[in-house]
Amino acid sequence: MKPRAFSYFRADTIDQALNAHARAGDDARFIAGGQSLVPALSLRLQAPRLLIDIAHIADLRGIRREGDTLRIGALTRHCEMLSEPLIAEFAPLLRAAAPFVAHPAIRNRGTFGGSVALADPASEFPAMTLALGAEIEIAGPSGSRRVKADDFFIDLFETALQPGELITAVHVPLFRSGQRFAFDELARRRGDYALVGCGILASHTGDRIDDIRIAFFSVGNTPTRVKGAEAALTGFTFDAARIAAAQAALEDDLAPPESDEVPPAMRLHLARVLLGRLLGRLGEGA
Amino acid sequence: MSGIGDDMLVDGADETMRVRFVVNGRKVACEVAPRETLVDCLRNVLELTGTHAGCEMGACGACLVQIDGRAVHSCLMFAVQADGARIDTIEGLSESGVIADLQAEFHRRNALQCGFCTPGMLVNAHELLSQVTRPSREAIRDALSGNYCRCTGYEAIVDAIDAVAKARVEARVEVRSEGGSAT
Ligand SMILES: Cc1cc2nc3c(=O)[nH]c(=O)nc-3n(C[C@H](O)[C@H](O)[C@H](O)COP(=O)(O)OP(=O)(O)OC[C@H]3O[C@@H](n4cnc5c(N)ncnc54)[C@H](O)[C@@H]3O)c2cc1C
Ligand code: FES
Ligand code: FES
Repeated sequence: MKPRAFSYFRADTIDQALNAHARAGDDARFIAGGQSLVPALSLRLQAPRLLIDIAHIADLRGIRREGDTLRIGALTRHCEMLSEPLIAEFAPLLRAAAPFVAHPAIRNRGTFGGSVALADPASEFPAMTLALGAEIEIAGPSGSRRVKADDFFIDLFETALQPGELITAVHVPLFRSGQRFAFDELARRRGDYALVGCGILASHTGDRIDDIRIAFFSVGNTPTRVKGAEAALTGFTFDAARIAAAQAALEDDLAPPESDEVPPAMRLHLARVLLGRLLGRLGEGA
Repeated sequence: MSGIGDDMLVDGADETMRVRFVVNGRKVACEVAPRETLVDCLRNVLELTGTHAGCEMGACGACLVQIDGRAVHSCLMFAVQADGARIDTIEGLSESGVIADLQAEFHRRNALQCGFCTPGMLVNAHELLSQVTRPSREAIRDALSGNYCRCTGYEAIVDAIDAVAKARVEARVEVRSEGGSAT
């Protein structure tokens, strides 16, 4: 199918993009990589009257250290998550997740900011912002603000972003020694959206887990931290009993939705299997 | 450029815009409606029909072209977004000879039957081999995960790419040893 007719405006600055959106109101959409928006337009799931192209705004680009965080510009492409040394060194969980995001050609255009803004519950990166304890930097008509990833994802495709607001960057605490991470997902076919996926960031003293953040995706309406499982591990080591306790906690932490393809009980089972594998890897010092 | 005018919103939706790109090394300017995808522009306006339109939603990979040197789905992009970009289609890659060995190997091994998927497969294989000199068969399959082929069963395609990767590595080694004996 072909999209409904729309006007197109290429913004050179954040202000231009915000102003254009403010004037056009609800009928405008920002377009970054277009890897989710273009299919939605082609299928006429959405039919805005104006597309505001933000892909050429220099201030949305670039990855740099800022104090003890890494500032990842919204326009950072999925493929750059694989190739940028700063990501590999300071946000290795994102590096680990990136090969699972779509296919190579989609990674060449899709952007980190677009993925987080869309908040697809089956997407890898939104869930990883939860595991990392990241903060989302937002610019809007009434100025800039930062929202913790924990407060950002509200419901299915619904985030703390107000209409007309832009994600400008995501701030990720720098990975440091004494931390471990693990990522994996179960999918029918490489590049497909996961049946269940999970990323973990843990801080240790010796083998003792001081702090652990576990985020799942493809398990409900939003990416989901599993706080019961986290609590079952905090203060302990990765022994078999604690891993089993964390797996058991998922029953209360997750409420997978009814679906014809994957019944809730099967998804919960897959989540337990995946968590067991990842915690096992972390215990071996992964 | 302080923003858009209201007139543009109400009346301008299907008015064409002038875009310029460098397509296969030639400068091109054309008038496109904002909603026209790059694949439609390439095929219908520029008559470069080597790029195929299949699913038009990013799922099949038939429409891959190179934008500024990277493989991209031309159905997931509006032509206006490509304004100012360098675009290389299967026609350009063929003419330049950079994929001649891949094309010959696809032919030799029957890695195409109807040929609908072939331009996308070649663009994808070209990018893979420019990034990884000797990918494993698994890595080749992984890279092709977004390209559908309804005819071949993929095996011959993987064989062809694998064979070209091997041949390119060997050719490089030979060049190096020839260079070595000359000094
Ligand atoms: C075949 C296929 C398979 C895919 N598989 C996966 C997968 O396995 N995992 C996965 O995670 N994704 C997958 N994707 C989606 C892909 O990762 C998208 O690139 C990504 O979700 C959106 O990024 P984008 O830059 O393309 O956003 P766009 O499509 O440009 O925009 C998406 C939405 O976000 C808004 N937006 C974009 N940028 C901003 C910003 N900076 N601030 C505010 N709003 C913004 C837009 O207005 C729009 O509503 C797949 C896509 C396709 C076509
Ligand atoms: S036509 Fe573009 S991916 Fe199918
Ligand atoms: S050769 Fe027919 S689809 Fe691949």
